[in-house]
Amino acid sequence: MSTFRFGVSRQAPESTSVTTRLARRAYAQYDQSVQLMDRRGFVGTVLSASALVLGVCVRPSEASAAPTAWQPSVYVGFEADGTVVIMAHRSEMGTSSRTTLPMMLADELEADWKKVRIEQALGDEKYGSQNTDGSCSVRDFGEAMHKAGATARLLFERAAAQKWGCQPADVMASQSTIVNTKTKAKLTYVELLPLVATLPVPKESELRYKTPDQYKLIGKKVPMVDERSILEGKAIYGMDAKMPGMLYAMVERPPVYGGKVKSFDNSAALQVKGVQQTVELPGFKPPHLFQQLGGVAVLGDSTWAVMQGRKKLKIEWDNGAHAGYNSVDEKKYLLDTVLKPGKVVRNRGDVEAAFAKSARTHEANYYAPLLAHAPMEPPVAVAEFKNGKVETWCSTQDPQAVQESVAAALGIKKTDVACHVTLLGGGFGRKGQPDYAVEAALLSKAVGKPVKVVWTREDDLRSGFFHTVSGMHMKAGLDADGKLNSWLFRSAFPPIASTFVPGEQYGMDVETGMGLNELPYDVPNLRSENCPAPNHVRISWLRSVAHVYHAFAIHSFLDELAVMNNTDYVSFVLKTLGPDRHIDLTKDGTKPWNNGMPVEKFPIDTGRLRRVLEMAAEKSGYGKKKATKNRALGIAAHRSFLSYIASVVEIEIDDKGKLTIPNVWTVADVGKVINPDRVVAQMEGSAVFGTSVAMMGEITAMNGRIRESNFHNYPVARMSESPRNVHVHLVPSRELSAGAGEPGVPVIAPAITNAIFAATGKRIRELPVRRTKLV
Amino acid sequence: MIELKVNGQPRKFDGDGDMPLLWYLRDELALTGSKFGCGMGLCGACTVHVNGEPVRSCVTPVRTVAGKDITTIEGLSANGTHPLQLAWQEHAVAQCGYCQTGQIMQAAALLKKTPKPTDQQIDAAMDRNICRCGTYTRIRAAVKEAAGVKA
Repeated sequence: MSTFRFGVSRQAPESTSVTTRLARRAYAQYDQSVQLMDRRGFVGTVLSASALVLGVCVRPSEASAAPTAWQPSVYVGFEADGTVVIMAHRSEMGTSSRTTLPMMLADELEADWKKVRIEQALGDEKYGSQNTDGSCSVRDFGEAMHKAGATARLLFERAAAQKWGCQPADVMASQSTIVNTKTKAKLTYVELLPLVATLPVPKESELRYKTPDQYKLIGKKVPMVDERSILEGKAIYGMDAKMPGMLYAMVERPPVYGGKVKSFDNSAALQVKGVQQTVELPGFKPPHLFQQLGGVAVLGDSTWAVMQGRKKLKIEWDNGAHAGYNSVDEKKYLLDTVLKPGKVVRNRGDVEAAFAKSARTHEANYYAPLLAHAPMEPPVAVAEFKNGKVETWCSTQDPQAVQESVAAALGIKKTDVACHVTLLGGGFGRKGQPDYAVEAALLSKAVGKPVKVVWTREDDLRSGFFHTVSGMHMKAGLDADGKLNSWLFRSAFPPIASTFVPGEQYGMDVETGMGLNELPYDVPNLRSENCPAPNHVRISWLRSVAHVYHAFAIHSFLDELAVMNNTDYVSFVLKTLGPDRHIDLTKDGTKPWNNGMPVEKFPIDTGRLRRVLEMAAEKSGYGKKKATKNRALGIAAHRSFLSYIASVVEIEIDDKGKLTIPNVWTVADVGKVINPDRVVAQMEGSAVFGTSVAMMGEITAMNGRIRESNFHNYPVARMSESPRNVHVHLVPSRELSAGAGEPGVPVIAPAITNAIFAATGKRIRELPVRRTKLV
Repeated sequence: MIELKVNGQPRKFDGDGDMPLLWYLRDELALTGSKFGCGMGLCGACTVHVNGEPVRSCVTPVRTVAGKDITTIEGLSANGTHPLQLAWQEHAVAQCGYCQTGQIMQAAALLKKTPKPTDQQIDAAMDRNICRCGTYTRIRAAVKEAAGVKA
């Protein structure tokens, strides 16, 4: 295996299991990127619709094995015909990570993008984290892509120089070819493959990276590699995956969190044509982690059959400890709790003493409800348990979590779970919790066949993991001249931590570190407290997570203080931000969470926040046009996911109180931008997502049961309800790339409610806005 | 026995006539371009054409389309060359892409009836389809581009 003896970050080839390699090729058979070759030409597609479906069904052992001639890294390999195979190890849910990371590697490699094939990686820890959340794909893996590309390119350059007997300085890589700059001779990467595979791997210090002016893909608009197959209906999502001989399954889950099946009658269900059997799934053992909720599964020949059969189940439930849970009481609890001192997560000076000395103080409480992710594709997974191993095709943000969770549920080794990642029909955080893959694996083991578990929209909204509900208390002290001298910020929310520690009532650093303990303002007395709150449903991450509610409270409150001072948000915040500087949270006794990144690399930079705020104000004409009762602007600027975003929202309110959004201006400083059109798209989408959060999103519980069930009572923004125009300006930046998928969301809700105040004088302190009559 | 045409091909189905067309297309014919999003005709991800009219296949029993012509995204054009599919590429509309086949089918039906739609007509037609990624501004731009109306 001499051709495999090098590795930049690749492990010894022997450690790549045969299953993995073969399965990877099986996946390649239906890989959408086969169409990449003729993406521009609209020549025919390589695979017909039926071939695609067969492709999904293909078993690893049946797959033809295309030879891999050389694999210098876990992220890239070359086939004998010169095709560059780049492994997409992060999930594609719409943010373009399946395109953007490979294009970084391809650019640094100086590969011809048309000769690149993207393969979706199986879950495997050799790739590093595959958990596609936290807006960190480029931030965490950009460097690895450059390194893999630069290593392979240098070896091609050296191989050519060796062949020509010339100096390495006399050769240059260009689009999968090495050119001799003196003789103009050329050698293609294909021609160099046999030699390159025998060369020793260069040391990191020997690598030479391209300069930005040499980039051919980075910084350009590069379409998503799956675009054409998506538009033709040929792209494969989890919902489209099939395995031969599989049964379809739907699960009637406990209606109350932690509930259990007391008894059930399946006789009517089994009468439904196409229903084959039912299986009782046990409930989770605390902590719930990403385990199955339990319930009764109906399995059969088609989605429709099991959908019908499920309705005929008669189940008696033991609803357990949370049967009395309701949202009205919880709201009251949260808003009471934040009036009492909580756990201090940051302290500077003495807020109480400052309040006593202040010329004026101001207090306000805010509330934001539970939310559901509602990705257009509900959770879905196909799994087969066979010979002690599991193979699954899954719409997941984190295939390694699938491996771990399935392995734990079935008592097998993590490495005995092969997780293929399909395209995701949206994720927004929900698909990082693979309880549905666990269900499929457990059911497959029970029935001895592959099983596809399909969640309905009702399942998704009622039995999901939720974005938490929160109550927040703000109190500020102002000097006689209007300067903010003290700020108390309390927040109570059933934490994500309860997913890992049963009954945990305080937030993890992830949650307190998102907005609560990192206020960047120049206030001499500042205290942030986290108040306790128990969970009654499963709580998880939703796009921009705790920033959703913390940013709503922070920027509403800043607007309130500005109004008290007879000024506007921009003027007040610019004054309150103080001089451009880096904030040191450790001075206030707080260990910065900072998205897990060192502050030396990603400081809290008030200058960057100031700049986006000023630019957004300037581009939108904020402060120039006078608000009327029918039309006004609102603004907010917030740092999240290490990026700096300001948005101005223009609202119109008609005489009946109907609100529309003609314009949003978003200024985004996300550091260095790789695929600008996709970052713009994320900001556009964030404006819509934020609009849903602000205007309509609300999940409520009564008697422990979630009341919302589908888009009629859990509305999300439609076209006419969404911002009509979203003007996105990306700040040119040489700073390190930061997040793009999430940071556009938090500013939208407070910008909308600040605009509503400007128009109507009504201060919205509770979301969603639709609960308040605007006229 | 229910007889119908799907993308020009005659088909026969002798299963449960109450089964929604969506599941017939997806589970029986392996035409998975039409998507399941809500099962209540609320989101439009499952939109197909029945005799040229846009319908929500998730709430359309197969028996009600006996004798009719069904067009799915797979049959909209040869090789993805429908003007809307090209405009969708031009504007890089798709993010996750799951709803986009339904969006395109909805837009195709609109343009057939109303070749030069106004903004209001586009909103009224496209409001029936949800995109959770929030690609609406680009959807509107792409519809206008395909229709040749000014943005």
